[in-house]
Amino acid sequence: MADPIAIPADLRFRDDEPADEPAVSLDAFLDQPDAVSVRIEGGDDVRRLLPMLDRIQLIEVDFPRFRDGRGYSSGRILRESGYKGELKAVGDVLVDQLLFMRRCGYDSFAPNEPIDHAVAARALSQYDFVYQKAADGHTPVWALRHG
Amino acid sequence: MYRYDTYDQAIVDARVEEFRDQVARRISGEMSEDQFKPLRLKNGLYLQLHAYMLRVAVPYGTLNPEQMRMLAHIARTYDRGYGHFTTRQNMQFHWIKLEQTPEILAKLATVQMHAIQTSGESIRNISADQFAGAAADEICDPRPWAEYIRQFTTFHPEFSYLPRKFKFGLTASATDRAAIKLHDVGLQLVYGPDGDIGFRVYVGGGMGRTPFIASLIRDFLPAASLCSYIEAILRVWNRNGRRDNIHKQRIKILVHDLGAEEFTRQVEAEWQAIRPNDDDIPLVEYERIAAHFVPPPFEEGLDDRIDRTDPAFSAWVERSAHTHKQPGYAIVTVSLKPIGGIPGDLTAEQMEVLADLAERYSFSDLRSTHEQNVVLPHVRKSDLYAVWAALREADLATANLSLISELIVCPGLDYCSLANARSLPLAQKIAERFADEERQRDIGELKIKISGCINACGHHHVGHIGVLGVDKKGTENYQLLLGGSGAEDASLAKIVGPGFSEDGIVEAVERTVEKYRAVRNDGERFLDTYRRVGVEPFKEAIYG
Amino acid sequence: MKIVTGNDLTTGAVVWWTGTAWSRHITEAIDVGDKGEAIARREEAARRVNIPYVIEATPGAHGPVPAHIKDRIRATGPSVRPDLAVTPVDESVGSYVI
Repeated sequence: MADPIAIPADLRFRDDEPADEPAVSLDAFLDQPDAVSVRIEGGDDVRRLLPMLDRIQLIEVDFPRFRDGRGYSSGRILRESGYKGELKAVGDVLVDQLLFMRRCGYDSFAPNEPIDHAVAARALSQYDFVYQKAADGHTPVWALRHG
Repeated sequence: MYRYDTYDQAIVDARVEEFRDQVARRISGEMSEDQFKPLRLKNGLYLQLHAYMLRVAVPYGTLNPEQMRMLAHIARTYDRGYGHFTTRQNMQFHWIKLEQTPEILAKLATVQMHAIQTSGESIRNISADQFAGAAADEICDPRPWAEYIRQFTTFHPEFSYLPRKFKFGLTASATDRAAIKLHDVGLQLVYGPDGDIGFRVYVGGGMGRTPFIASLIRDFLPAASLCSYIEAILRVWNRNGRRDNIHKQRIKILVHDLGAEEFTRQVEAEWQAIRPNDDDIPLVEYERIAAHFVPPPFEEGLDDRIDRTDPAFSAWVERSAHTHKQPGYAIVTVSLKPIGGIPGDLTAEQMEVLADLAERYSFSDLRSTHEQNVVLPHVRKSDLYAVWAALREADLATANLSLISELIVCPGLDYCSLANARSLPLAQKIAERFADEERQRDIGELKIKISGCINACGHHHVGHIGVLGVDKKGTENYQLLLGGSGAEDASLAKIVGPGFSEDGIVEAVERTVEKYRAVRNDGERFLDTYRRVGVEPFKEAIYG
Repeated sequence: MKIVTGNDLTTGAVVWWTGTAWSRHITEAIDVGDKGEAIARREEAARRVNIPYVIEATPGAHGPVPAHIKDRIRATGPSVRPDLAVTPVDESVGSYVI
């Protein structure tokens, strides 16, 4: 296990300034050509954002219940499509999901319940190796094996 | 078989440490049961009727003697002296303490075993043909592909919180010994139009409350695209599968609701979107894995005959020895269904006997099957007698494979908190009723599969005779189904009529068997007679 | 009568509320009347039991007999393994479950 990583106090793993607009619903966002922040509900199709990824600064994805894994696909689709802005997981986000969420491209978190930062640090540095490519750029084991 | 490299070992070791921490947080109260449950399920740990139950993965049903001996050690040290092989080739221990689970997992990790994703809404154990590497009719050994998929689907970050569990089954033969059409994704290795290896892809099979046989969604998928295609299937389901009703969340429901054509269209579209991302694990990695599965050093020119003068030995050979691709060798299936015993259970001592036999007579190769038996895949025919003698001493030589007394049974209400009825006492009664060896041989191939509840872990939907235990106003009641098959001729068993008491269903099975004998053609097995004459003659015989 | 049952958190063993503690023996379970839910919640919150619940039972010669077969099996052990019964010396185990 690597050294525990530092957890930002606000659970935002980005250096840039946060968007200063609150996130609006997907439908509202699609109606507002100047909006830069959007909120995705569990059942929303994130591919509706693909034509305008360049102007988006913040995408919040709701995880209504921690067992609902749709947000992992949403995150990954956005990153695969070239989204570079802030991708925030909000809602029923538990410390044991942080690693998967990071791997799916999430770089900030707004959990309903406070997260123990010491536990989070351990959770995020638990695995030195991963089996598959994902949105976090971690080199998968097969690439290490074959150079 | 596959051996971990430092990366595989590091991943399993990290998982052990992670779970140790999670268990500590549960025991200290930092985590509620509601929060802990999905985490412990991801490590195969259930809370059952009497204790915690740990389901240890046996990837694609392959074990070496060292691993079998570790299972014996776990049974002896942490459980009550025995383990149970499941219908997904895994091993379950029914008397586990939560506080000892981190230690158990740490020990399993020392022999390259784990309980990762054997439960919960995860991608589960990849099951495969138990005769892989030994069968004459396979186009290649499917297990390297199973290992390739296992690694790809372990801790996959996008697919760790799926709507429901997800099961892969693999075969490389036209004869389906792995029941792939009853899996969420069934993969058959085939040659493509240009002679290259690839997969025939089936999606949407499964048992449970609403059983389905998988639909063929792709005739040929090139091997190099397997990972991205799997991602497409999972992503379509992860995004669109129902999450409102636990009984409607498997991918089979989505395939059924959309129709196979529309489902396929969505998968193909998603696949086109995923392909540019280069997620496919390159074939050089497949080749690295496959190098672990080269055939053992078979001897050439061995005697292909078996001396069957001893009638008891001969009866056992008849049931338990199958054709091996290498002349002079046989595949041995060990029945774990002694008459009056508990199907699929093995004591620690029996595990050690099998480990020793595998080491001595089967190139240290052991398999578990989805019908709860164990296979010694590479036994010289000249060694069969010695193997049989050793099995007999360990009460592992029952000559009933695929006969009526060799039942496939879930643990049922004797162990399982999900069950509605007990399944094991019924299995014992049926086995005892039909114990007579000559009668069994006369009846011939007849697979009875019993489930203690609608979750169908006993695979009753694909029993030639299936039994489903239900709760009828607080009393155990049993439904009789006929005509199922998990093989390449897959079919779902149909219920014949009102249910029975435990003794009642034993009688119903008796009448079913007698009716079969009365109307069968020469050499026709039960399933074929049923398919020929239909359910009516049986209904009449059973209900009068 | 109503009795409270659950599983021990660390061992998973079946336990029964005796009025003051959790016991592995149903013979020691007491009738909790209408206080069962409150006891269950309190004990769960204090981490002295896992997933407790209240059940109906009738008094029997060998202690309370749970109304549902599942809990009778929990009280005695798997019906096919009398050697693993909670109280192996109890000869009534076999007839008790059904």
